[in-house]
Amino acid sequence: MSTNSTTWSAAAGEPRAIVDLIHEWVTTVDHKRLGLLYIAYALVFLIVGGIEATVLRLQLIRPHNNLVSPQVFNRMFTMHGTTMIFFVVMPMLFGFANYLIPLMIGARDMAFPRLNAFSFWVTAFGGLLLYFSLVGANGLYGAGNAPDVGWFAYAPLTSQTFSLGHSTDFWILALLVSGFGSIGTAINILATILCMRCPGMSLGKMPLFAWLYLVTAALVVLAISPLTAAQIMLLVDRYLGGHFFDTQAGGSAVIWMHFFWIFGHPEVYVLVLPAFAFASEIIPVFSRKPIFGYSVMVAATVAIGFISMSVWAHHMFTVGMGAGANTFFVLSTMAIAVPTGIKIFNWLATMWGGKIEFKTPMLFCVGFLFQFLIAGLTGIMLSCAPFDWQLGNSYFVVAHFHYVIVGGILFTTFAAMYYWFPKMTGRMYSERLGQLHFWLFLIGFHLTFDFMHIPGLLGMPRRIYTYEPGRGWDSWNLIVTVGVFFQAAAILVLFVNLLWSYSRGAHAGGDPWDAWTLEWSVPSPPPTYNFASIPTIRSRRPLWDLKHLDDPDWMYEGTR
Amino acid sequence: MNATSIMLRQPVAEQVPSRGRVAMVSLIGAESAIFTIFVVAYIFYIGKSLSGPAPQDVLKAPVLYSICLLSSSVTIHFAGKALRQGKAAVFSRWWFATITLGAIFLFGTAREWQRLIYHEGLTISTNLFGTTYFSLVGLHAFHVIVGLLCLTLVLIFAVLGHVEPKHEYQVELLSLYWHFVDTVWVVVFTVVYIVGR
Amino acid sequence: MRTSSYDGWYRGSARGLFVLCCSGEVFALPWQSLSPTNIFAPASKPADSIYGVSLFVLAVTGAIFAIVFSLLVYTVVRFRKKTDDRSEPPQVYGSTQVEVAWTVVPILIVVALFMATVRVIADTQKVVRPDNGLEVVAVGHQFWWEYRYPGLGIVTANELHVPVSDTGRPTPTFVTLLSADTDHSFWVPRLAGKTDLIPNHPNRMWIDPRETGLFLGQCAQYCGTQHAKMLLRVYVQTRDDFEHWVEAQKQTPRPTSVPSEGQRIFESTACINCHSVAGTAANGRFGPDLTHLMSRDTIAAGVAANTDENLRRWIRNPDTVKPGALMPAMQLNEQELDAVTAYLETLR
Repeated sequence: MSTNSTTWSAAAGEPRAIVDLIHEWVTTVDHKRLGLLYIAYALVFLIVGGIEATVLRLQLIRPHNNLVSPQVFNRMFTMHGTTMIFFVVMPMLFGFANYLIPLMIGARDMAFPRLNAFSFWVTAFGGLLLYFSLVGANGLYGAGNAPDVGWFAYAPLTSQTFSLGHSTDFWILALLVSGFGSIGTAINILATILCMRCPGMSLGKMPLFAWLYLVTAALVVLAISPLTAAQIMLLVDRYLGGHFFDTQAGGSAVIWMHFFWIFGHPEVYVLVLPAFAFASEIIPVFSRKPIFGYSVMVAATVAIGFISMSVWAHHMFTVGMGAGANTFFVLSTMAIAVPTGIKIFNWLATMWGGKIEFKTPMLFCVGFLFQFLIAGLTGIMLSCAPFDWQLGNSYFVVAHFHYVIVGGILFTTFAAMYYWFPKMTGRMYSERLGQLHFWLFLIGFHLTFDFMHIPGLLGMPRRIYTYEPGRGWDSWNLIVTVGVFFQAAAILVLFVNLLWSYSRGAHAGGDPWDAWTLEWSVPSPPPTYNFASIPTIRSRRPLWDLKHLDDPDWMYEGTR
Repeated sequence: MNATSIMLRQPVAEQVPSRGRVAMVSLIGAESAIFTIFVVAYIFYIGKSLSGPAPQDVLKAPVLYSICLLSSSVTIHFAGKALRQGKAAVFSRWWFATITLGAIFLFGTAREWQRLIYHEGLTISTNLFGTTYFSLVGLHAFHVIVGLLCLTLVLIFAVLGHVEPKHEYQVELLSLYWHFVDTVWVVVFTVVYIVGR
Repeated sequence: MRTSSYDGWYRGSARGLFVLCCSGEVFALPWQSLSPTNIFAPASKPADSIYGVSLFVLAVTGAIFAIVFSLLVYTVVRFRKKTDDRSEPPQVYGSTQVEVAWTVVPILIVVALFMATVRVIADTQKVVRPDNGLEVVAVGHQFWWEYRYPGLGIVTANELHVPVSDTGRPTPTFVTLLSADTDHSFWVPRLAGKTDLIPNHPNRMWIDPRETGLFLGQCAQYCGTQHAKMLLRVYVQTRDDFEHWVEAQKQTPRPTSVPSEGQRIFESTACINCHSVAGTAANGRFGPDLTHLMSRDTIAAGVAANTDENLRRWIRNPDTVKPGALMPAMQLNEQELDAVTAYLETLR
């Protein structure tokens, strides 16, 4: 049995058959390998989703462009959104959870290793099913092909009347299936964190990373199911003649929106809380200070989790819900800004008075802070329902949520990749290439998503395959498209860095960052069993205690 | 790595829940969310059908079958108790009773559906009532079927003599699921046969 | 890689300046002339109220941005690690006072924003139609707009005419929003916020434009292939002009003793299944009413100017003008096309 999870040879010096290697990876139940599989899967789909975005932006580079037909464009934005959310960001975040949670809490694996493997393969299958629609969905008059109903698939556009062929069914089934995978992973995360912490690690002493994933997993368990339910209802409508969303039979199109957004809004918190987890681990280490206000951060996270289940209809301000409902959702949405703002202040306070080192992970985290601030502020603008009556469903909203997902989540994900790359591979990445990646991506991101707000303010709705000249949108769209190429170049640099460093990078030890949580106490990469003996800890930063025997954390943590 | 220097005294062992319990409770949470959405849809559409049979015209409350299902929660509880006391045969009998009662409930559902579809003209595509009724009750029946399959598997193991007191943990988790299914039926029954009519 | 001590300052300020310039929130005012669909150039009361509260929100968020941004820049610059400094800084775990402060202040800000918002919601959504308000029913179709004026007995399509509403004697227009198929959204930014058209879920909105002119917009809820080309044109006219328009729309074309060749083709092919022409056998409701087709500036929901050439192109094959539009190509030969176009051009 190999003790090194990336060992390549079986017996002494003998290279393994490629079949054995594949077999090992396909049948693995080791949380570290599954984590890497999730991350690799997400990176592949990042390229696919990025190509889709590039096509969209090239079509919109000037008015009345005809690079692609409207039908192709509509499929492109549907696939782009669905892919990025369900088959890039979610697997990426589950991948990091899988890899790191057992290591951080002093466990040998997740609570249910086989469920873990099942969840990964089911999620992976879902993604392949979505893309199988490109070949498998041909229907009447070629109305098959990839789904083109938008990633939120509003009724009655998704009924058999308006969505001929099977493209919508692929959308439904791919997400239904991967939803089971997500719930499986969430159950695993909950059981692991609640039941398998090492001795001494009470809930109040575990890394914030674990807290954030705990709340994320709880949200997944509660929020994915409404989507599953709504999709079952849609299948009943499409195939059993049901009338859930059949407005001709008295059904309601609005109820689909409610069900979808009851899933959809907590879903975006599922995406962002892990980003907060990464930031909460990386910023302290590179500021050389503990996270400021640990208990408040925990409280804010739990508050965000609860409130996020009550804000969904801010996606429906223009639907005609009535003044009372609109008012309620304005209040709940504005309320969620409070704990979120508190988090930004706490990260800021962590850096304050520290000794900040701008290695690549920290660069991305600082970018995250600036960008998430702006994203939060545009979110506040959108939470004001009357303002949303103008801004909603326009490019302002597209700019806002990309600011969160790309400027916030993707930036911290890059930070996490660089930060934990040495742990996962035993090699250090190239700092030079990392910085190049950061600057290229920063420029591209801002070119695209800063300027994208403006067409929204000037009346440009979303999901349009072309637009009229003379509305003042032309130059902005051009600049937005130009930014895409910088981002693409940056991603190329990332891949080069990861691949080159994997084989040629300097050997990193167990603790290249002089960090303080348990994953840095094991070799890089960790052995299959993680810890030689399960540690007992006494504070939130066990390695700080070991490195500062005269000044351990547990002497001070009682006061905070 | 010197562990003793960071450990001046043993930390108090924390009471943590068991993994299986956390998993089953989480699963029940997820399932509750699904059922909630179907119940909300049902309630929302009460009285909104444009045509076709209305609940008060065709629904007859399946009181006897509901009593069977709810009693199966009692029998499964006694089965668990018997297992804890090491009485394998008693366990098997209570377990078998649970399965039988669950099966009777399913039979009742099937009979009601046959009556509704063939004699009353209510199908899933007839109107909003038909759609929401068959979906909600059907979703519940599906969960009963899955539960019965698991219970039957355990019964087979019991008959073959493989179930011992040490398996009380797994049996308890399965019972938790079964209690959940019964609780859902209480809600569905109330919404469909009491509130909705 | 060593970084010089000025790098952080450059990074921080460059990023700051860049972002500041790029964020449109600060510089809305000079852009009023930049676009006919600029939300910051309101010409009607709902859009005005929104503009007012949006300025308030922008001011508040702008202030928050300025403060937090400056703090971030300062932190990033001031607390950089000196190159060879290996010591750890003082380990600070938190501070209750600070946490309370930055919890209470945001809550107060939220309360202020909320109060401002609630007032505008009430102002917009709780308005009662006065007696001299105009009633319009807008029905969204894939991919065109149907307008009915129930009080005036008029049906038209794609170009909405309303009277200007002067502050002395307001004559607002109330629009009931319905849909014949899937979801749409009515968005003319300079007049009002958008409201969706959802089947089986009637909505109401109102406008009281104080300037005459043509106001543009387009469908803002994805409704299928040609969502992008479901354009909106609202003609706000003086009272007199509006009344002339109404009179013209009310007139039924006199039936000619011998129907023209074009009319004959129109009525014998499938055209009449979808289109209506008052006073003839054509009374289809699936497509736009063509009774006064030539009174409109554009065809195909604003996509093409209403010229002879565009009409012919459209009738020959709608897909060449609007690919994915639901009107099929009628397979007419050139003479038939000429005749039908000529007939349609008589529908003033």
